[in-house]
Amino acid sequence: MGILLLVVAAAVVLWVITAYNRLIALKNQVANAWKQIDVQLKRRHDLIPNLVSAVKGAMDFEKNTLEAVIAARNKAVSASGGGVAQVARAEGELTQALGRLFALSENYPQLKATANIQQLQEELTSTENKVGFARQLYNDVATSYNTAQQQFPTNLVAGLAKAAPADLWELEDAAERAVPKVDLSMGQ
Amino acid sequence: MTAPANLFEQQESNRRRSFWLVTGFVLFFAWVGFGGDLAWYLMTADAGPEVPRHTVPGIGIVATLIAGGICWYSWRKGPERVLWATGAREVLEPATELEQRLVNVVEEMAIASGQPRPRIFVVPDGDPNAFATGIEPRKASVAVTQGLLERLDRDELQGVVAHEMAHVQNFDTRLMTLLAAMVGAIALMSDGMGRIIRGGVRIGGGGGGRSARGSGKGGGNPLALIVLVLWVLTLVLAPIISRFLAMAVSRRREYLADATGAQFTRNPMALARALEKLDAAHEPTHAITRGAAHLCIVDPSASRLSAREGFLGDVFASHPPIAQRIIRLKGMAYQAAKQQAP
Repeated sequence: MGILLLVVAAAVVLWVITAYNRLIALKNQVANAWKQIDVQLKRRHDLIPNLVSAVKGAMDFEKNTLEAVIAARNKAVSASGGGVAQVARAEGELTQALGRLFALSENYPQLKATANIQQLQEELTSTENKVGFARQLYNDVATSYNTAQQQFPTNLVAGLAKAAPADLWELEDAAERAVPKVDLSMGQ
Repeated sequence: MTAPANLFEQQESNRRRSFWLVTGFVLFFAWVGFGGDLAWYLMTADAGPEVPRHTVPGIGIVATLIAGGICWYSWRKGPERVLWATGAREVLEPATELEQRLVNVVEEMAIASGQPRPRIFVVPDGDPNAFATGIEPRKASVAVTQGLLERLDRDELQGVVAHEMAHVQNFDTRLMTLLAAMVGAIALMSDGMGRIIRGGVRIGGGGGGRSARGSGKGGGNPLALIVLVLWVLTLVLAPIISRFLAMAVSRRREYLADATGAQFTRNPMALARALEKLDAAHEPTHAITRGAAHLCIVDPSASRLSAREGFLGDVFASHPPIAQRIIRLKGMAYQAAKQQAP
C-alpha cells in the first residue's frame, strides 16, 4: 500500500515538473518571438528615412503625405518597448501612412528613373514581409502558449509557472491585413 | 494552431528514423561481413587439414568499422559533399538583384519558421530546382539553381524556399542527407563484396564452383549453403531495397514539406504556381546527380515517372506526381480562402 502511494506521488510530481517546464519553454518562445518582431520593426523604422529622402525630390508636392509618414514613424519608434497593443496600434498607423505614400507614388513615373529605387523597393518589400512573418510567428506561438495554460490539467500548474495569457497582435482593419504592396517602379 | 505540437512529433519521428537508418546500415554491413565470415568458417570447418580454418571474423570486423566510418563521415561531411558535388557556390555578399532577393526571401522564411538563417547557395545550372541539406537547423544550407532565380517571381521563390525551410525544420534534411550517403555506400559495398565472395568461394569450397549453387559438392555442410545463399541474396537485393527505401521516405516528406511551407507563407497558390513552372521545364538538372535526387524539390532527372500516377509512379519515383502536389496545394488555398470569407 505504501509503495503504491509512493508510486502515485512520484508520478504526480513528475507530471507537475513536465507540465511546468513545458509552460516555461512556451513562455520563453513567446518572449523570443516578440523580440524577433522588435528587430524587424527597428529595421523598418531605419528604412523609412531612406525611403522619404529617395522619393522627396520627385514627390515634393506631396509634403503632407511625406510628413504623415515621418510623424507615424516617429510615433512608432517611441511606442516600441511598450505593450503589444500599443506597438500594434502605432505600427498599424505607420502601415496606413506608408500605404498612402505608395498609392500616391504611382502618379510619379519619374521615380522609376531613380538609380537605387529598385533596390530600395526590394528592401522595403522584404522588410514589410519580415514584419508580417514575425507577427505571424508571434501570434502562433502566443496562441499555443495561451491554449496550453488554459487546457486541463495543465491549467493547474499555470499559476505555479506564473503563466498569464499573452496578448495577440490583432490587426485593426482589413486594409492592414494585407502586407502592403510595395511598387515604386510603376508596375513593369 | 496545433502546428508546434505536430511539428515536434515530426522532428521526433525523423530523429528516430535517422537513428534506425544508421543502426540498420551498420547492422547490414555487420551481417554482410560476419555472414561472409560464418560461411567461410563453416566451409573450412569440414575441409581437410590442408585448408586453414577461418576462425578470425576479419571481414566482419573490417565491414563494421567501415560502416561506422561512413556514418561518421556522412554525419560530419555529408551536407558539404552534397553541395560540393553540385558545384554550388555560397552567396555571402549578394552580387546581383536576384541574389539580393534570394537572401531577403530566405531571411523572411527563417523568420516565418522561427529558425536561424541557413547558409545560402546558388547552383550554376539553368534548370530550375532547389534543395536543402544539413544535419540540424543550425547548420542547414539551402541551395537553388540559377535557373530557378531567373524564372520564378518573388512569391513563387518564397514558396520554394518555404518548402526547403520546412524540410530543414522537420529534420528531413538530416534523414535525407544520411540516406543519400548510405544508398551510395551500400551500392559500393555490394559491388565490392560480390567480387570478394567469388574469390572466397573458390578458395573455401575447395574447387566446388564459383557461385553458391555451384558449390554444392565442396560445401557439404547444408548450414553453410543456407548462410551463403542468404548472404548472396542480401548483397544482390540491398542496393535495390535501399534505393526504394530512400524513395519511399522521400515521397512522403515532399507532401508534408509542401503543407508546412504553405503554413509559413500562408500562400499555397504561389508554391503551386512555382511547381507548375518547374514541371514545365523539361530538361534535366545536370548539376544534380542521382545520389542527391531525393533532396530536391522536383526530381532533377526530369524523368516522366514523377508525372505518372499509380503503382509505377509510387514505387520508382523519388517524388510524388507534381500534379498531385499542385492539387493538394490548391485545395489548401481554397480552404484558406473559405475561412477568410465571412
